[in-house]
Amino acid sequence: MDNKKEKVFLHIVLITGVIFTLIPFIWMFLTSVKTLGESIQVPPVIFPSEFKWSNYKDVMATMPFMKFYYNTIAYTVVRTIGQIIFCSMAAYAFARIEFPFRNTIFLLLLAVLMVPGQIFLLPQYMIIQKLGLLNTLSGLIIPGLFSSFGTFLMRQFFMTLPKELEEAAIIDGCNHFQIYYKIMLPLVKPGIVALIIITALASWNQLMWPLIVNTSTDKMTLSAGLAALSGQHGTDYPLAMAGAILGVLPMLIMFIIFQKKFIEGMASTGIK
Amino acid sequence: MRKDKFQNSMWAYLMIAPLVIGIGIFYIFPFFQNLYFSLTNLGAFGQFKYIGFKNYEKLMYDPKMYQALKNTFVYVLFSVPLGITCSTLVATMLNSKIKGLTIYRVLYFLPAVTMPTAIAMVWRWMYNKEFGLLNQFLNNFGFESRAWLSDPQTALYAVIVVAIWSNIGYNMVILLAGLQGIPKMYYEAAKIDGAGPVTCFFKITLPLLSPSLFFVTVMSFINSFQIFDLVFMMVNRTNPAFESSMTIVYFFYTNAFQMSERGYAAAIAVVLFIIIMAFTWIQLKLQKKLVNY
Repeated sequence: MDNKKEKVFLHIVLITGVIFTLIPFIWMFLTSVKTLGESIQVPPVIFPSEFKWSNYKDVMATMPFMKFYYNTIAYTVVRTIGQIIFCSMAAYAFARIEFPFRNTIFLLLLAVLMVPGQIFLLPQYMIIQKLGLLNTLSGLIIPGLFSSFGTFLMRQFFMTLPKELEEAAIIDGCNHFQIYYKIMLPLVKPGIVALIIITALASWNQLMWPLIVNTSTDKMTLSAGLAALSGQHGTDYPLAMAGAILGVLPMLIMFIIFQKKFIEGMASTGIK
Repeated sequence: MRKDKFQNSMWAYLMIAPLVIGIGIFYIFPFFQNLYFSLTNLGAFGQFKYIGFKNYEKLMYDPKMYQALKNTFVYVLFSVPLGITCSTLVATMLNSKIKGLTIYRVLYFLPAVTMPTAIAMVWRWMYNKEFGLLNQFLNNFGFESRAWLSDPQTALYAVIVVAIWSNIGYNMVILLAGLQGIPKMYYEAAKIDGAGPVTCFFKITLPLLSPSLFFVTVMSFINSFQIFDLVFMMVNRTNPAFESSMTIVYFFYTNAFQMSERGYAAAIAVVLFIIIMAFTWIQLKLQKKLVNY
């Protein structure tokens, strides 16, 4: 009896929390289908008299959303693939091969991990500028192909594999690249999934780097495009909310489909 | 045997080469370059002169820097403890045998996957003085409407609420993973000894959760010191509350990319680096005392 009461209480507290979590999302959606008049009515209209879907068309007419999607997807996909290749390859070597200066080089990578990103930003910007890559997708993507964090994460996964695996492979005449590629890489799939999720999410949502590197509208990512939108259309909230939904929807759908992997992937950043 | 060792090293160097070269060019070299820039008067067009510690001197007398430091500290001091307390509570509640665990986990995690730019846009609308949901709600209880985001007294705290709201899910997931690693038998043993839920929480849960709590705390500290997106989107430069909510990274951004005072901005980045290093070092020292493995 007591236990039952306790559970009901737990549910009430948890549901209250959920409501607070969801209100902004619901409000975002409801505002996005209101007329401008309804959005600024006092007292507020919670449900619009009629869903005005044309806000979505209108915001797409004021902003090149298809280009934003293309840029964001390109940025996210290329960056993620790059990190998987470069980080996992290096992580294998750090985890499984003894070589001179291994610890020194790895410590250097760890040090990078601890430094706040802003300290790299100005020089990175100037390198991209010197290469003539401002306002290009390459300029947006290149620095993010390499990651200390990704290497560190993948190394944790490679270290859990048993030593017998590579001993057997060496006897069979495999070299280290073959061991990495054919034997170990398939075994660290959970690590790769975690890296994909973390990198993809961070790329999709990132603001500052896209904001400074690509200032021309047709090279912007969704995040930077929304920042521009909120500057230009500061008062038309139904349009702004429609834009916000267009920006978050793909990731939200991905999350709902792969929610288990998302949550496990994020949780694995806390690996001890 | 020696030939094997040599070959292994060759493979290792080949495999780390792309990453190490990339990190070298885009992270390690820029780190030192930024240190050097902070000693120059680098401006928008790339020419610069060595000026010694003048930028740091200027920072020491810049009231805006002190304002930004103060704002950032307030932000960190509120958002980290409150955020972690909330996520610990949610995680503990979700750790009991409860129906709908997955659904709760997904819903609480939702803000963590949503673009901060979009989050900031919605909250700005909810905070709006005339038409915002928050004021409409508070009016029912007799409170007067306030312009939460353009009032210098409330703007920073309004952003802090949003930051806590959006981070609970991520912290919760890590803490929940930690909680689920605590063997159930400890609780059973404690129950036999007559311990209540509160005693269990302080004597079993907290000590055994301390590694996850430590990780979450350090990460929250580091991330909070670097808060930018939310403030940038919610409080723009024309906002009367701009100065009272501008954080260090926002100050860095304004100097580097809007006013093109790049040498000065580089110095701000170095100061931020030193602060974060100091805090991380203190936390690592405390870890030895507070964390049980």
